[in-house]
Amino acid sequence: MEHLSHQPVDPASLIAAVQTPERGGIAVFVGVVRDHQAGRTVARLEYSAYEPMAEAECARIVAEAAARWPVSVAMQHRLGALAIGDVAVVVAAASAHRAEAFAACRSVIDAVKRRVPVWKKEFYADGTVAWVDPTDADGRAGGQAGSEGPDSMSSSLLRSGK
Amino acid sequence: MTAVQTSTIRVRLLLFASYADLVGQESVELVLRAPATVADVVRQARAVLPAGDRIPERPLAAVNLLHGKLDSPVSDGDEVALLPPLAGG
Repeated sequence: MEHLSHQPVDPASLIAAVQTPERGGIAVFVGVVRDHQAGRTVARLEYSAYEPMAEAECARIVAEAAARWPVSVAMQHRLGALAIGDVAVVVAAASAHRAEAFAACRSVIDAVKRRVPVWKKEFYADGTVAWVDPTDADGRAGGQAGSEGPDSMSSSLLRSGK
Repeated sequence: MTAVQTSTIRVRLLLFASYADLVGQESVELVLRAPATVADVVRQARAVLPAGDRIPERPLAAVNLLHGKLDSPVSDGDEVALLPPLAGG
């Protein structure tokens, strides 16, 4: 299964990809497009990627999880134009028991956010557009390596629209 | 008899997302004096690209599809990418 998709991602297909008779627990994370960011109303967004590296990095992350836990993992990240509520990313981890499935699923989605070269351009309801910079709580462009805070998402305003 | 070795290398620099917007280019070839590191690539990109100084001095970087550091070596023919803050998921 390719880890990047320009077409809608269906969580059911990833669950099916990891489900086998001996695996009794499947943990699934589904990331969907949110309608707000740092207090602003988001109308839509576009994901872009350094695709050859992103594909390779996703494969490495999945392989690392499979080496660490007795799990089967599938993950896909959507690219291109998405609307509110569209599925952006799915991770499915299946194991004999739930503990390993939850641990692997959490580890993979955290690694995807930290390591996979994907970028998000948000289009706001007020007509402005910005690249999302999770490293910057002040809304400026740019950012430094290694200081990501997954719950401190904010935006860097690049230009104002009408 | 002495031979002065001033070898140079060529690397393909890729820019993405906000960095590509800042400098108006997604791909450029740079010529560097060997031996070179990612830091040398960043320094030259900031010096020669239009508005290159708007790229951070210490950006995330990748060499040949693998995350690298500023002191990672780069060789002739390498693909070096400067990565704005990642925002997937």
